[in-house]
Amino acid sequence: MSFEKDLSIGVDVGGTNTDAVVLDRSGTVIASTKQATTEDVIGGIRAGITRVLADIGDRRSQVSRVMLGTTHATNAIVSRRSLARVAVIRLGAPAATEWPPLTGWPADLSAGVLAGSVMLGGGHMVDGTPIAPLDRDGILRFLDSLDGGFDAVAVCGIFSPSYPEQELAVEELIRDHLGHDARVFLSQDIGPTGLLERENASVLNAALHRVAHDVTRALLTVVEEQGLDAVTFFSQNDGTLMSLDYAVRFPVLTIGSGPANSIRGAAYLSDTEHAIVVDVGGTTSDLGVLVNGFPRESTLPREIGGVQTNFRMPDIFSVGIGGGTVVDVSSGSVGPDSVAYRIDREALLFGGSTPTLTDAAALAGSSVTGRTLPRLSNATRMALSGALEIMTARLEEAVERLSLGRLDLPLVVVGGGGFLVPDDLASAGKVLRPDYGDVANAVGAAISLAGGRADQMADLEDRETAIDAASQAAIAKAIQAGADPLQVCVVEVLETPVSYTARPAVNVSVKAAGPLTHLGAVASPRH
Amino acid sequence: MATAPLPASPPVQQTLSRVVADDVPALAAGAAIFGTGGGGAVYTAQRIVERALLQHGPVELIGVDELTEDDAVIMMSGIGAPTVGIEMLSSSAQAETLLRESEQVAGRRITALMPAEIGGSNGVSPIGWAARLGVKILDADGMGRAFPEATMISPNVAGVPCDFSIQCDVVGNVTIRKTIDLAWLERHARAGAVASGGICLGAHYLLTAETAPGAVIPGTVSRATRVGHALLSSPDPVSAMADELGASVLVTGKITDVARRTEGGFVRGSVTIAGTGDDRGRLQRIELQNENLVVLEDGEVLVTVPDLVTIVDAETGHAISTEMLRFGQRVSVLAWACDPLWRTERGLQLAGPRAFGYDLPYVPFERKSSR
Repeated sequence: MSFEKDLSIGVDVGGTNTDAVVLDRSGTVIASTKQATTEDVIGGIRAGITRVLADIGDRRSQVSRVMLGTTHATNAIVSRRSLARVAVIRLGAPAATEWPPLTGWPADLSAGVLAGSVMLGGGHMVDGTPIAPLDRDGILRFLDSLDGGFDAVAVCGIFSPSYPEQELAVEELIRDHLGHDARVFLSQDIGPTGLLERENASVLNAALHRVAHDVTRALLTVVEEQGLDAVTFFSQNDGTLMSLDYAVRFPVLTIGSGPANSIRGAAYLSDTEHAIVVDVGGTTSDLGVLVNGFPRESTLPREIGGVQTNFRMPDIFSVGIGGGTVVDVSSGSVGPDSVAYRIDREALLFGGSTPTLTDAAALAGSSVTGRTLPRLSNATRMALSGALEIMTARLEEAVERLSLGRLDLPLVVVGGGGFLVPDDLASAGKVLRPDYGDVANAVGAAISLAGGRADQMADLEDRETAIDAASQAAIAKAIQAGADPLQVCVVEVLETPVSYTARPAVNVSVKAAGPLTHLGAVASPRH
Repeated sequence: MATAPLPASPPVQQTLSRVVADDVPALAAGAAIFGTGGGGAVYTAQRIVERALLQHGPVELIGVDELTEDDAVIMMSGIGAPTVGIEMLSSSAQAETLLRESEQVAGRRITALMPAEIGGSNGVSPIGWAARLGVKILDADGMGRAFPEATMISPNVAGVPCDFSIQCDVVGNVTIRKTIDLAWLERHARAGAVASGGICLGAHYLLTAETAPGAVIPGTVSRATRVGHALLSSPDPVSAMADELGASVLVTGKITDVARRTEGGFVRGSVTIAGTGDDRGRLQRIELQNENLVVLEDGEVLVTVPDLVTIVDAETGHAISTEMLRFGQRVSVLAWACDPLWRTERGLQLAGPRAFGYDLPYVPFERKSSR
């Protein structure tokens, strides 16, 4: 038996299920389980990890890493629970004073989150010119006026993604004033230019620190209960991992980790770097795109709990096709209604009376849990056959929509309803159905890389220099997030031209990523 | 003045008499459609205008024919780079400063604001400023769409001079200009915007009951709102909008190429769309310079500026601005006729294809009865 510590545990805490897997050094899944998610989170994590550890027996001492992905932060925002009260400081007045912080937020969310806000002198113009001198006294007066009625401070300076020094100085100022353990969150760490969206994301991030702390503690508790000598990580929206101290600082970056993990896990299980992934559930099929091993990010603004943000999120396209999708016999229409988790009572195949896409697939010859359909009327048979055609057309269009015009990209099928997807979809290349596809989320968490992103605005002539500078910053961020300094590299460069500046300018956004550092090398804090 | 063909059965009344907070999502969605790819972040403007209307109450909307001799109207708009505008937003003092300075230079009270361009955020923001400043909005604009240059504005086509213009930036710098014509204003205003950090607000073109008729594009605030209602309330938004606008759907397909570069302060480039469904096998290219300007297919020119071309999401119908165009998006291309003022000799001289550097004759675009 090997004494190398070379096993990884991946955990995915979803709204319904908590999945856990164990991967060995070669990346083979050696244990997996699906448990119910519990209200307190920790119960599901405990059940999942306990179960896979039992399955691997003595090898439990070889577990060196535990990685977790979750939709818990999203749920906290949507349900307005466990949110911290945030003091919001915007730097850049008099600019942007027409748009006070939290403009457009739902009133109940704003009331629950906002301890107070202020717009003060500071910030920069696009060319680096200060908008106004930094109002240090104003910052301290504002914080004092709140009389301690806040849990965290969010700082958002105009053009701070391009000129980060001022926010950093303000962080130091606040810590000097409130104490070194003050929770201060800077917008430059959260997103690119786009003041209101970045500010919203920064405030949500600050509001989530308690939730992040709770999930983090749940994971650490279970790891400790089990006596594991393992490093713990969270996975984030873009399919990369971050160290736990980073996750506590940037919980908002975990918001899209569920779909991201699903895409990367599916791709990994099927051994492909460029693919379309479809996760077929009971009610919807969620499709994503894998480019160079990473989920393609959405370019459209995302709303979370009614708040417009610019989170980096996977580009997910959902269609109303799932195992429980209802087929209407009289009209021949397919969905969007679904019998969802009641499928094992209501579908024809299970003795129920509602025709579903699962029944349609069974009629066409798919073997579904070894069951056979009851006798069907001609009308029902017709409707079910027609439903398969409609479903196939919708899936084909969905795949085509995401495939950037390529017809040869493999389609990786995961999820419980995967049997619905035919083997010969016109818009896709080869259809792949990997083993362990039902726990692809947890596998995705277990195999993720550490990554970082940085933005830089520059004259077009200085484009190369700007890309270099942004690359270095992105690499530094990736290393802070736990990446191996020897293997980290730039994986994406996005350029956006800017008009109405004295000279042609460009905004470059660079992402770097790399495998995690080897055992023992715990990621260092950000500063 | 005649406008583009009207729909057979408009979904809501023809003109609004006021704008309330609930109208703003429709106005914003419609303004994005009239933006023809340019005009900035409409949805950011939407939120602040909604807030202003909730705080200060509805804004009175008056028609050009309702102007009295007591009325004085001025255009107010944002000037600069949308990419800067999403980060360095305006100060709460800018609009008020512009109004005060305008009244001082004009020597009379300003009673109404008018959007310089209905397309994009400049078609939406003035409603919020009017609510805050307690003035009316003239149901009209200076373009009937979005254009990138100061010269491309209806009173300039009609021969009405611009006596003065005022810029105010985020920190409060005010510049009053009396240029000899709009071409010089463009040059100085652009330099001013750069000095102000890439973006500022401006007021210009004082208009009255005497000078406004025939010098503005009438009814466009109402029209944009109607288009937005069609977009937001129809199960088939693209067709509903096309009917409301009197537009043709040129093609529905998928973006297969986006080529963009920055040139002389403008975003220039082209986008290629491959037809899907009934349009399979067709290939269209759209030339763009901040806005969508020329549509080509099989070497043939289908539409040119000043007629309007907007690329919309094929499913939701929402306009996609030039900086948001991405490979792989599913889109429909809408085209419709510009206001007749732009089809005059002077209109085409200022904003025809040659004004944008295309060596193409202008062929008026008319809606095909069916395709």
